[in-house]
Amino acid sequence: MTEAKKTPLLDELEKGPWPSFVKEIKRAAANSPSAQDLLGQLELSYVDKKAHWKHGGLVGVMGYGGGVIGRYSDVPEQFPNVEMFHTIRLNQPSGWYYTTKALRQVCDVWEKYGSGLTNLHGSTGDLVLLGTQTDKLQTIFDEVSNFEEHPFDLGGSGSNLRTPSCCAGPARCEFSMIDTLDLCHDLTNEFQDYLHRPMWPYKCKIKISGCPNDCVASIARSDISIQGTWRDDIKIDQEAVRQYVAEGFDIEGLVISKCPTKCMSWDGNELTIDNANCTRCMHCINKMCKALRPGDDRGATILIGGKAPILQGAMMGWVIIPFMKLEPPYEELKEFLEKVWEWWDENGKTRERVGELILRLGMRNFLRAVDLEPVPQMVLAPRANPFFFWWPEEVVQD
Amino acid sequence: MAFIEVNGQQIEVDEDGFLLNPDTWSEDVARYFAKEEGIDELTEDHWKVIKYLRDYFFQFGIAPMVRKLCKDTGFSLKGIYELFPTGPAKGACKLAGLPKPTGCV
Repeated sequence: MTEAKKTPLLDELEKGPWPSFVKEIKRAAANSPSAQDLLGQLELSYVDKKAHWKHGGLVGVMGYGGGVIGRYSDVPEQFPNVEMFHTIRLNQPSGWYYTTKALRQVCDVWEKYGSGLTNLHGSTGDLVLLGTQTDKLQTIFDEVSNFEEHPFDLGGSGSNLRTPSCCAGPARCEFSMIDTLDLCHDLTNEFQDYLHRPMWPYKCKIKISGCPNDCVASIARSDISIQGTWRDDIKIDQEAVRQYVAEGFDIEGLVISKCPTKCMSWDGNELTIDNANCTRCMHCINKMCKALRPGDDRGATILIGGKAPILQGAMMGWVIIPFMKLEPPYEELKEFLEKVWEWWDENGKTRERVGELILRLGMRNFLRAVDLEPVPQMVLAPRANPFFFWWPEEVVQD
Repeated sequence: MAFIEVNGQQIEVDEDGFLLNPDTWSEDVARYFAKEEGIDELTEDHWKVIKYLRDYFFQFGIAPMVRKLCKDTGFSLKGIYELFPTGPAKGACKLAGLPKPTGCV
């Protein structure tokens, strides 16, 4: 083991109350030369105020086109143990529920062949193993995918279906309108081929939230956002409402006046909700979770197009299917997804996200391709300009 | 930078083993890379994909999209992976001597 290099700038970050990543890396460095050199290179980056990783890197395992992100140091002579520092994405279990057995197995493999450093979890959801060498990749993959109990597969990377993720869902949340965990697992299995073998113009992400609180931020961070909702009446336990008020809860100030559609009223004894005008924003249910529950006719709203700024500006998903029933085997959803991907793959330019393609070719082309009728819920407001295209067959000739 | 030796010639490659200059490619280079990418022998089908990739690259200056590759060569993506186990990018493009694919891989 090389002698620990001095890291005065990083040492500052061991102070303060928040758990320190520097402490974590130092702990790993006790048994891991690459964690040791990572600290050294990071200290150099703090001094130079720039990254010391080279551009790109293309490595992987047999049979897959993604799942591993290659990375090389640009100062390998100073830090030979991070000359190669590849990242492996392991597909996480739905909702990030683990047994200690599952985690111990991964740790054992990773201590043996990797840096010992991890990220739990990457923003897309994967269990991320940070830092190993090219010749270890296949061995690591072979071992984690052959655990007798709780084997792991790789997650997605590249121009493919990325690892789907979902909120904690019905496992521990009374708001969850759909079985987010089962749906996430089912879609991951159904579309393994799209996940492991990049074939599309660019990446595509699916995220699933059990309700509009959207605890996995699906609307902002996935191309296909699936959010649980309901379409009948909110269930009110009037006795529990009165209990809240009796305990000093300001129902008028915190609930009634905050309702975005002003569809609620409280007469001092009874809470009334005009459900036809409720947009299911969750606020009243969040505030009085002991008294209010989502309705029984449950399903999901599907939104499309969420993405980060590059190239055409950041987008949040917008409604494409206001309500869809979601029960196994989720045939309707899968058919819809296949149609979206087929159209995008056929028409998309290199590195064009599906949301950008819809902007470029227009909603009318997209809706026709996926067999959907336009509905008012798809827009916030009608167009403000008159530059409207008609399909040739719609124009009546005199 | 690393070098590989093919037919007594030193050819420059990057860390991932991709040619730095596509003009230094030869059929023997492809055969050399084949072993690294898990291919025992280069068949007519392999050469068809390799030649297509090189033609496309020299005409347009970029590698084709995967869908284009499949359509024009007649191979399904599954077929491509049967030929090149590490896929169209790491496998086929490398054998064809194309520059390393970049971006959010």
